[in-house]
Amino acid sequence: MTKLNLELLIKLNMKSDIILAGVGGQGILSIATALGEAALADGLLIKQAETHGMSQRGGAVYSHMRISDQPISSDLIPGGSADLILSVEPMESLRYLPYLSETGYLVTNITPFVNIPNYPDIELVLAEIRKLPRFIAIDADSIAKEVGSSRASNMVMLGAASPFIDIEFSKIENGIRTIFERKGEAVVNMNLEALRRGRAFAEENR
Amino acid sequence: MQKHLFLGVEAIGQGAIDGGMSGVYAYPGTPSTEITEFIQDHPLAEERNIHRKWSANEKTAFETALGMSYAGKRAMSCMKHVGLNVAADAFVNAAMTGVNGGLILTVADDPSMHSSQNEQDSRFYGKFAMVPILEPSSQQEAYDMAREGFALSELTKVPVMLRITTRMAHSRAGVVCSEVLDENKLSMPADPRQFILLPAIARRKYKELLQSQDLFLKLSEESKYNRYEEGEDTSLGIVACGIAYNYLMEHYPNGTCPFPVVKISQYPLPEKLIKRLNHECDELLILEEGAPMVEESLKGFFANGTPVKGRLDGTLPRDGELNPDLIAKALGKEFFKGYEIPEVVANRPPALCQGCGHQDAYVAMNEALADYTKGRVFSDIGCYTLGALPPYETIYSCVDMGASITMAKGAADAGLIPAVAMIGDSTFAHSGITGLLDAVNEKSSITIVISDNESVSMTGGQDSSALGKIESICIGVGVDPAHIHTIVPLRKNHEEMVRLFREEFAYEGVSVIIPRRECIQRASSRKRNQK
Ligand SMILES: Cc1ncc(C[n+]2csc(CCOP(=O)(O)OP(=O)(O)O)c2C)c(N)n1
Ligand code: SF4
Repeated sequence: MTKLNLELLIKLNMKSDIILAGVGGQGILSIATALGEAALADGLLIKQAETHGMSQRGGAVYSHMRISDQPISSDLIPGGSADLILSVEPMESLRYLPYLSETGYLVTNITPFVNIPNYPDIELVLAEIRKLPRFIAIDADSIAKEVGSSRASNMVMLGAASPFIDIEFSKIENGIRTIFERKGEAVVNMNLEALRRGRAFAEENR
Repeated sequence: MQKHLFLGVEAIGQGAIDGGMSGVYAYPGTPSTEITEFIQDHPLAEERNIHRKWSANEKTAFETALGMSYAGKRAMSCMKHVGLNVAADAFVNAAMTGVNGGLILTVADDPSMHSSQNEQDSRFYGKFAMVPILEPSSQQEAYDMAREGFALSELTKVPVMLRITTRMAHSRAGVVCSEVLDENKLSMPADPRQFILLPAIARRKYKELLQSQDLFLKLSEESKYNRYEEGEDTSLGIVACGIAYNYLMEHYPNGTCPFPVVKISQYPLPEKLIKRLNHECDELLILEEGAPMVEESLKGFFANGTPVKGRLDGTLPRDGELNPDLIAKALGKEFFKGYEIPEVVANRPPALCQGCGHQDAYVAMNEALADYTKGRVFSDIGCYTLGALPPYETIYSCVDMGASITMAKGAADAGLIPAVAMIGDSTFAHSGITGLLDAVNEKSSITIVISDNESVSMTGGQDSSALGKIESICIGVGVDPAHIHTIVPLRKNHEEMVRLFREEFAYEGVSVIIPRRECIQRASSRKRNQK
């Protein structure tokens, strides 16, 4: 097989199974929306299962996001097969480890969201994350503040995860443009900067 | 063709609008709520002035939809599974009266009880009422079924049930929409006595319903939603219902399933397809979300036919929702199990928001109850149910909507005095008023706390139908106005609240205390929308 054909074949079998994780109110669905826009623009198929209802009140929330160029059957990602766990909270990133594949990446924010009395020692949580063969642990909150607003932290996280998602980076940038368009040029640019800073961190630390 | 990325619930809302629906009637309940919310926000719904306001409960919702059908127009009623318990009287009898305009009951089950008291399977209600049931396996089917379900209802002359489960409701996928149909014109039922279920007419209508079963079966057998998929390996035949079909196909991409499969998304069960599977295969595996309804009926009492595997013989768990892993196990497939959850991971249960008025009410109640033995507060369903957990641990029951008042009355009848009911404003409007009337008529020694956050918050902050009416309802039902008190649940009013609670707990009769402060989530989203 020629190199070109091989590349074509690899490109043809695009699949990213992503677990998004966080705490109710942290807005993990904004990440899903940006990714969804990017995937749609790339002509890819999507299925995405969300958590609504009871668990939104400060409880653990997650979303199964599946992107592929082939038809997707299940709305849920099978155990041990996720390509990526993308978590905006460190302890929550560990809750979904049974979904992570042998070659999967865990990308998590390291700022804890403490709303329970028995939240574990953060060092113990980080130690568990470091045990994994492939992970990115990033201080998304600090980077977000540097670019202008702590609310951009989810876009830092998306940026940090982007090297491990099989979608062209420019398409993800366009996804962000689409969802923040209404809020004006400044907000768009800030979120794009957050995205790029997250990506740069991951590239340096992978 | 444009593809929309729709949640299952949104696909149903869009399908219903495109199917020429003139009214949606619903009471909120996870995972069904967003169907109505989607329609409420839809420009075409506004343009057509489709009815889309919330009803007081599921029974009033379904009956109103039936009334719209009587007048010839297409209507949908939406609810969660336990909501159908409330609407069951209307639903089962609507199968007897039949419909004029197309009528769809969309009911959303919650296996694994993500946000519910139980995981009852609504297909039993559909079978009980003897009407066709649709159960989509994809968001596209959910759209198509909602759009075409009205015509199916008009053809079969009965309400049609559209049954979904949590994962179908709250999962997004691409949906292609079809042409928007016109609404029906106003028309009277062809048979003017059709809706009068006097025994003589009811007996005739019941025979008609029984005779219609052949048609329903034929429609199922010919339905595009049901099909037989060939397979080489006949050691096993698989029946896959609704969304379970996807979990199965996850393991056999691009049509590589070696076993024959009957995909089912319309009931009654398509007999011919299943008989063929039974004839061709050595064993059957039944995959269905919810209770083993199909499995039970195929297995039979003596289980002396083809061996049937599923939830009843332990091949699959008897309870909880299905997923691809459980089905892989049932098929004997090996897969990487992922990494274990480390022990440091603590549970993160949902909790009342910081600053929520229910918190202030509970703190004051606990103080006022300190002199009594524990276990006197009966509660209901809403955000305030979280008062069962630490640090409050105030309430001792949560059964079904409205049961706080009636259970408190029963306990008081038994001698547990005082007994206290804790109920929200929406739940009071839904099912609390009739119980209050019972208590007033018997001068029961109960105190009813209606914690009024002016919103249906548990389900995301919908409008409460009791807004601004609670005091007048209580007075109208006959509560002595001297024993109805309203207070703002804030820390600065704590002493006053404790005093009120103490006084009314000691009063031998019905009293009502209304802590009233808007839900902070609702207040902030209201402010966001005003901007
Ligand atoms: C029969 C039935 N219908 C709907 C629901 C879903 N549900 C649970 S709590 C709730 C709203 C309760 O509102 P309210 O009593 O005002 O309390 P709040 O959540 O606002 O505190 C609803 C609709 C249910 N559990 N049972
Ligand atoms: S959503 Fe509203 S009612 Fe529910 S806990 Fe939060 S503030 Fe309280």
